[in-house]
Amino acid sequence: MFGYYLQLGLRSLKRNRALTALMVMTIAFGVAASMTTWSVFRSVSGDPIPWKSSSLFVPQIDNWGPSRNQTNGGEPPQALAYMDAVNLMRAHRARYQSAMYPVSPLIVPARTGGHPFSEAGHAVFSEFFPMVDAPFKYGSAWSAADDAKRARVVVIGSRLNDKLFGGGDSVGKTIHIGGTDYRVTGVLKPWNPQPRFYDVVNGSYHVHGEALFVPFNTAIDVGMRRNGNMNCYTPPTEPGMQGEEQSECSWVAFMVELDSSSQVAAYKRFLDGYARQQQQAGRFTWSPNNRLRDLPQWLTYMHVVPPNTRIALLVALGLLLVCLVNTTGLLLAKFMRRSGEIGVRRALGAPRREIYMQYLIEAAMVGVAGGVLGLALTSLGVVGVGLVMPANIASLAHINVSLLALTVLVSIVATALAGLYPTFRAAHVNPAWQLRSN
Amino acid sequence: MHVPPILAALRKHKSGVVLISLQIALTLAIVCNAIFIIANRIERVSRPTGIVENNLVLATQQWADAPTGSDQASIDKNASLRQRDLAVLRGLPGVASAAAVSTVPLGGNGWNGAVSRKPHISIADRSSYQMVGFYFMGPPGVSTLGVKLIAGRNFKPDEVTRLTQGRPAASPVIIISRHLAHRLFPHGHALGQTVYLNGKPKPITIIGVVERLQTMNVGFSNNFAFDSVIVPQITGIGYSVYAIRAKPGRMAAVMHEIRPALYKADPMRVMDDDSVQSFAQIRHDAYEGDIGMAILMGVICLILIAITAAGIVGLTSFWVGQRRKQIGIRRAIGATRGDILRHFQTENFLIVGAGIVLGLLLAFALNILLMRHYELPRLPLSYLPIGALALWVLGQAAVLGPALRAAAVPPVVATRSV
Repeated sequence: MFGYYLQLGLRSLKRNRALTALMVMTIAFGVAASMTTWSVFRSVSGDPIPWKSSSLFVPQIDNWGPSRNQTNGGEPPQALAYMDAVNLMRAHRARYQSAMYPVSPLIVPARTGGHPFSEAGHAVFSEFFPMVDAPFKYGSAWSAADDAKRARVVVIGSRLNDKLFGGGDSVGKTIHIGGTDYRVTGVLKPWNPQPRFYDVVNGSYHVHGEALFVPFNTAIDVGMRRNGNMNCYTPPTEPGMQGEEQSECSWVAFMVELDSSSQVAAYKRFLDGYARQQQQAGRFTWSPNNRLRDLPQWLTYMHVVPPNTRIALLVALGLLLVCLVNTTGLLLAKFMRRSGEIGVRRALGAPRREIYMQYLIEAAMVGVAGGVLGLALTSLGVVGVGLVMPANIASLAHINVSLLALTVLVSIVATALAGLYPTFRAAHVNPAWQLRSN
Repeated sequence: MHVPPILAALRKHKSGVVLISLQIALTLAIVCNAIFIIANRIERVSRPTGIVENNLVLATQQWADAPTGSDQASIDKNASLRQRDLAVLRGLPGVASAAAVSTVPLGGNGWNGAVSRKPHISIADRSSYQMVGFYFMGPPGVSTLGVKLIAGRNFKPDEVTRLTQGRPAASPVIIISRHLAHRLFPHGHALGQTVYLNGKPKPITIIGVVERLQTMNVGFSNNFAFDSVIVPQITGIGYSVYAIRAKPGRMAAVMHEIRPALYKADPMRVMDDDSVQSFAQIRHDAYEGDIGMAILMGVICLILIAITAAGIVGLTSFWVGQRRKQIGIRRAIGATRGDILRHFQTENFLIVGAGIVLGLLLAFALNILLMRHYELPRLPLSYLPIGALALWVLGQAAVLGPALRAAAVPPVVATRSV
């Protein structure tokens, strides 16, 4: 019977081409709008490091006190003061930990005549690389000893490696950064996690991955300037980086890896103990007010998902809902027009089940057609996202198999939902009444 | 037109009526909010910054060979490099004026801080200070940007001091925006008054008020967007930002010449592809997300309206086909074509009306949801009658075709049995 119902459905849909086209287009537009906005939302709300995001934590230490945090709902500053970051590194209580700050040093090319250029990256500790699972193509991170002795070493990204060394194995070569030679210890594979989870205080989504990583202590030692945000309740008393290092300004991002709940509890105790120590020393005049959010909680707290993408998804889902209601109305009209036909079939002995079957198949055919058109429109939509969203967001939206499959699935499920009520009405046509009225 | 018979007829196909009403309601709710978002973004994007935006170019660069220390020798060396660059820029034939500035409106990077009428502020007490955006520039900066002084005067050259990153403001005079003047001194003239910057004890005198000056920040929730302070200082160690005013018609040429000219004066500097930007580009980049959002909402509104109109046409056409016999009977017993036409028009008016009532409630519910989560203001009441009227017009336009076809049904249909 399935093939027969397919034929019947096709014939019925052909009978009123305008109405059929209207239904197909309604489904297609509704699905394409929601799938396009979903592709954007999916790419900005995903977990950047799903295999270990629950073991990565961001500690916050309240060095400002309740009165200064009042405007922020009592939450401690988002980044650490330099002295707290240094103390946490020195205590070394987590499996991995790294203080970090964004830098954008000058690089002078070796060949003569080339202009200097600046490249963005982060000053980090050697533990940063295993903590965030940064993928190495050549070489490795520098050593803890390099951290301690403020060695002039650098890990570079694949784009910078292409630019300076033509993409080859450049481990051991030197780069002239900010007036000093740095030895390359490692080259990363193309790596651009979205959002840039290790430092969302300084921006979330970026078109390109970072070009270089230098040791934190070295960067401080050579006075490599911060290329990111700094929040102060009062300006530093001394000028320059030295002033920032001595101040209570918050500008150092921090991340730790803790692999079990007991480690998490221990680290919390450690943070509170540290704050109490600072209180006893007279630096803090308030009791400990620390936070230790895991990465998913931290990303939520920092609102990294751009509100525009959420609003767009919400409105597009509203559009899909209207499309469903519209399709329900049109299918109802289409099916009820054939009440006489249904009456005859029922009178000749067709059970309700068969009527359900016939009309659901017809609805599903509309769904499949809508899905196919929807696929084309979604592809257009994803390409067109660049016209309506900033480049750092738009570049993330892409078409893949799961998006295509979801598009077809949503179309069919949506149309089946839209077809349920009309089919129910069709199956409950009273045969006697229909036969009499004809 | 008698409404009761129409209502009686509607009762015959309740589900269709409910579906169209529901669709109208959802459409009204979404379209009202989407257009409100569009209007909001357009208003935000079209705010003037207060500077003369035409023919303005911004050049940002870093010196590779400048000392980056905070000592006096470094500061002096940076100042001389800056003066040399400015001489090069001013020497370009298409340049009317050039000046070192810390940033420009919508430029993104810069310093925010606090201004207060008393020397000491408490961060917890928001009424004790006013958040502001700081601009650092000398008298040529003020005139190159083209901000309009409405009271007082521009800085004098000897009032300009040099500043390193993070050193507290040392200059005794500032110029502020009128918006800030009103906030600080709601009852009187701000000119000549004394204020304090960032809670420091040093008194600063307001020597000028400019008509309007937007801050460099464009965050959606920025509630001090027009509260700006200009401090007569030259900032930046190792880098500089130049505002360049091109002569009329020379903008494109100037933008091409800046990079080579600066490189010629000193090749040891960093200038990348977006180092030279027109102000139009800066404005575009700052508001790209807002404009995109407005376009997206507009597209969704159009699709929504088209689908709803098409849905009304489809369902009404079905009803007309279903009721051909009844129409024929009515025509046979004396109803005119006009009566039939008006029947369908009135019917549509009533269905859309029911949808509008529900839609108004939904529109508010959706607005409250958006307000709670996305910092959107309250939907103004004026949107509702306009939205309702628009949907009534849409409904009438959509129903016209099927209704005319109904009116064309000849009375003879009544005599046919099937």
